[in-house]
Amino acid sequence: MDIFLQQVVSGLATGGIYASLALALVMIYQATDVVNFAQGEMAMFSTYLAWSMLNAGLPYWVAFTATLALAFVGGLLIERIVIRPVENAPVLAVVIVCIGLLVILNSVAGWIYSYIQKPFPSPFPGTPIRFGNVVFGAHDLGAIGITLVVLLFLYVFFRYTTLGLAMRAAAQNPVSSRLCGVRVGWMLAIGWGLAALVGAVAGMMVAPIVFLDPNMMAGILIYAFASATLGGFTSPGGAVVGGLLVGVIENLVGTYVRFIGTELKLTVALAIIIIVLVVKPSGLFGRVVVRRV
Amino acid sequence: MAALLRASELRARYGWTRVLHGVSFEVEEGGITTILGANGAGKTTTLRAVSGLVSTEGSVHFAGGRIDGRAPEDLVRAGIAHVPEGRGTFVGLTVEENLRLGAYARRERARSDDFERVYQYFPILRERRRQVAGTLSGGEQQMLAIARALMLSPRLLLLDEPSLGLAPLVMREIFRIVRAINRDHGVSVLLVEQNAAIALELADHAYVLETGRVVLAGPPAILKQDDAVRRSYLGY
Repeated sequence: MDIFLQQVVSGLATGGIYASLALALVMIYQATDVVNFAQGEMAMFSTYLAWSMLNAGLPYWVAFTATLALAFVGGLLIERIVIRPVENAPVLAVVIVCIGLLVILNSVAGWIYSYIQKPFPSPFPGTPIRFGNVVFGAHDLGAIGITLVVLLFLYVFFRYTTLGLAMRAAAQNPVSSRLCGVRVGWMLAIGWGLAALVGAVAGMMVAPIVFLDPNMMAGILIYAFASATLGGFTSPGGAVVGGLLVGVIENLVGTYVRFIGTELKLTVALAIIIIVLVVKPSGLFGRVVVRRV
Repeated sequence: MAALLRASELRARYGWTRVLHGVSFEVEEGGITTILGANGAGKTTTLRAVSGLVSTEGSVHFAGGRIDGRAPEDLVRAGIAHVPEGRGTFVGLTVEENLRLGAYARRERARSDDFERVYQYFPILRERRRQVAGTLSGGEQQMLAIARALMLSPRLLLLDEPSLGLAPLVMREIFRIVRAINRDHGVSVLLVEQNAAIALELADHAYVLETGRVVLAGPPAILKQDDAVRRSYLGY
């Protein structure tokens, strides 16, 4: 029972990271109908920026905050410069642009920082925290906490601020939004900025676990896809629940199903994607989109 | 009275298809002008040209300044509220959020008395304010669309076929409210309609549009006497 509880908590910690990245994917998907394949690499690159600042001697939380700001601006610029020109192009063209972005960010990171793994610090103490017989990693608990703060921030932003309302409106009905005076293009850019910011948090929380290297997000992105698919690509809340579920399922299966272990964990994500697409393609919380023909 | 809006020689096309062939009309300050026409006459395009959603040749003057070629986002800020064809409801947002968006372009934030004013015209929206707008009936969505435009405190209200798909009673109610808004707040109205009978009752000036050209213009009393108008639009 103790091991079970430990595995659930550590599943929630990685699940929170998947949830953040899945949420970033869903935010962009809802606004532009595009799955941003470069989301993981954007997070990886942000994490390298954090690493550079930490290396230069900045305190952790200063570097953390600065990274969020840089990630936001970076995401915003990527939308304006790279995505904007293909805004009205067929979806496949935009997908190709995103994949191109993925390759570029990956190569540039490798070129600047090399492909050798680097340790990345956790802001939380290394000593485990005990509750009775159960031992939790401090980083796991901290990562869960940070994820919750980010999610709460996004919820409040989208639910209660005028800018958040305008962004939801722009995603839903661009023409009507323009007629209300909403500058839709900028809303999309801000959406990319926020998605990049959320991704950066995920990157900085996962790096202490998987170590920092240009390919560190490849697997995480697949988990994020599984999370968004499970929760539903049309539901931000669903993506979060999906992320936590995937994290826990992955951990429990890895612990209790012997032949899977840690080696085959990623297969679990792919299996989830396939099962959801076969059984309930809209995901647990997604809307079924009916198109009139 | 001076013209608040003056459009002259508007020409527009979608791809290679010309839709407007030089349309000219005026809306007087504080007045209600209607443009009548059948499906495909170019009514919606005319409104979209005024609010900047389609690019046109020709000129549009509003409140003394030239506005053609300007973006809809800017024209909203100048006080032109466009209630589009199909109502443009944000179906996934609540009624109140829809109304908040209506006031988005205003310099000052929407206050509770703005909501009050709107709810006085449309009491049903007050009851439904926490409801998701997609669950409203067609008539209620049309009311919401006009209410959203009203939140802007506009100088000019562009209405695109508000009667479409509504029960006669609901339609009468909506036109009564449009008249009240016009009278109470001096909001000028440009109304595009297929339902000529009710539009001619409301308006103080009318144009008839056929395949992208104005074929008739004048006060409603005169147009009602016109044989062609009676046969084609009034049905008697």
